[in-house]
Amino acid sequence: MSATQPDSAAFLALNLDSEAVLKRFVQADGWQTRYREIMLLGKQLPKLDESLKVASAQVKGCESTVWLYHRQIDQQHYFVADSDARIVKGLIALLLIACHGKTAEQIQAFDLNQFFETLGLAGQLSPSRTNGLLAVAQTIQSVAI
Amino acid sequence: MQLLALRAQFPALEQTLDGYPLCYLDTAATSQKPQSVLDAMADFYRYDNANVHRAAHQLSARSTAKYEAVRDKVQAFVNAQRREEIIFTHGTTEAINQVAWGLNQKLDSNSVILVDTAAHHANIVPWQQLAQRTGAKVIAIPLADDGRIDQQAYQALVAQSPSIVAINHVSNVLGTVNPVQAMVAQAKAAGALTLVDGAQAVAHKRVDMQEIDCDFYVFSGHKMYGPTGVGILYGRYQQLDTLTPLLTGGEMIEQVSFDGTSFNTLPNRLEAGTPAIAEVIGLGAAIDYIANLPQAATQKREAELVNYLQTQLQQLGGITLYAAHNDNCGAVAFNLNGEHHQDVGILLDQQGVAIRCGHHCAMPLMHSLQISGCCRASIGVYTSHEDIDRFIEALSSVKAMLID
Repeated sequence: MSATQPDSAAFLALNLDSEAVLKRFVQADGWQTRYREIMLLGKQLPKLDESLKVASAQVKGCESTVWLYHRQIDQQHYFVADSDARIVKGLIALLLIACHGKTAEQIQAFDLNQFFETLGLAGQLSPSRTNGLLAVAQTIQSVAI
Repeated sequence: MQLLALRAQFPALEQTLDGYPLCYLDTAATSQKPQSVLDAMADFYRYDNANVHRAAHQLSARSTAKYEAVRDKVQAFVNAQRREEIIFTHGTTEAINQVAWGLNQKLDSNSVILVDTAAHHANIVPWQQLAQRTGAKVIAIPLADDGRIDQQAYQALVAQSPSIVAINHVSNVLGTVNPVQAMVAQAKAAGALTLVDGAQAVAHKRVDMQEIDCDFYVFSGHKMYGPTGVGILYGRYQQLDTLTPLLTGGEMIEQVSFDGTSFNTLPNRLEAGTPAIAEVIGLGAAIDYIANLPQAATQKREAELVNYLQTQLQQLGGITLYAAHNDNCGAVAFNLNGEHHQDVGILLDQQGVAIRCGHHCAMPLMHSLQISGCCRASIGVYTSHEDIDRFIEALSSVKAMLID
């Protein structure tokens, strides 16, 4: 991670209504609705300041460019993330619903595969996908210790 | 109706994905395989399976005969002068690596290697490695604004007396066709060795080694309706015969003792280890398949399909096409304006449409086009106008979703 970081306010600003989001996914019928929801969710992640879109913050292994910052405040782990692709950004927002503001124990214990399956997005975390979500998930779990 | 019968020979095409019939527009990544190729490989394992070139028994004699018969088929397919000029490799990448490794002794710090800017990484990185080993310099042959090689710049570079010129026959991303015959002639006149990457050409065009007149021509089985794991290195006999083998051991030796080893003659000296026998036999069936297609009609139809793709994309609007020329071959590269190529690919995939999105193993080309990546739709002998209509319809809904 780079020396320059978003400020604490940026880490704390993200507030996703996880219950409402999850409900919409569970109720979604058809891929169009599901992917629309993903992209809408992506729009809720604040745009990263251009000065923070640096190589050292990039997650390797993604076809699109993904930037990820992490900060621990007390026992909680917070993330700021952005991507130049809409769907990946939305998928990352889903990851953050599961991990943002949680403790290391909660993040390590979280079953991401099952989470994505419940959302009707099974397979998105598969290593054979080029979306890079797995790399982002692995990075989140490796820094939240 | 004829096309329906032809498509029925490709079992993988007959499937649905989440209720959508598969629309396969990723032939440039790998083609689907006809039943005859699948049968040839299965039959080899079922009836003839034995190692080659160790003919102490009937099975081995039979498998060797079938394996070597494919060499003759490839020789005829590319019109090589001698059967020994056909080397079986594991693919285009290995073939280029063999050539680049084999030229270690022939280059020094004064040598120049010219490489096509639109080349696949497999036709760039082995030359960079060769340059690192020998001190030689790799220079990119620039593209003009139309996405084709800048021929004036090429001539100026050739005047520097390069040792090697490595170019595409057909670009794997853009589908642009290089004037290989003229470029090879110029390179040869300047004293350079020439390598042409034909991976994207052989499924669509007849290639003739006497016409192109290059020193090396390389291609893969799996992009021409054959199996993965087999490729061809064609080389002029004198050139192949002086290449240092990349791999050693197995049938490539003549005599081995702990005092030293002498190598076998061509083609064996460049085919170390047990080859991909079933794959070679599958490649033979793929060549038969191509040879049985009505050549002129197929080429005409494929050219029409590429042009149809280009015009339909253009008409959809909001699309940037890259280097879309009339005479392009097999592939169309594009982006949906303002949208990431990966989003487009994911949403097309939801509708059963298979295209490739990314840098296509051609990062220098992406750099030259000033993009991070693009989408590529590519066609094969089984592609129908209906496939393209379905793709455009799916892309239109993707566009509506993204711009929404």
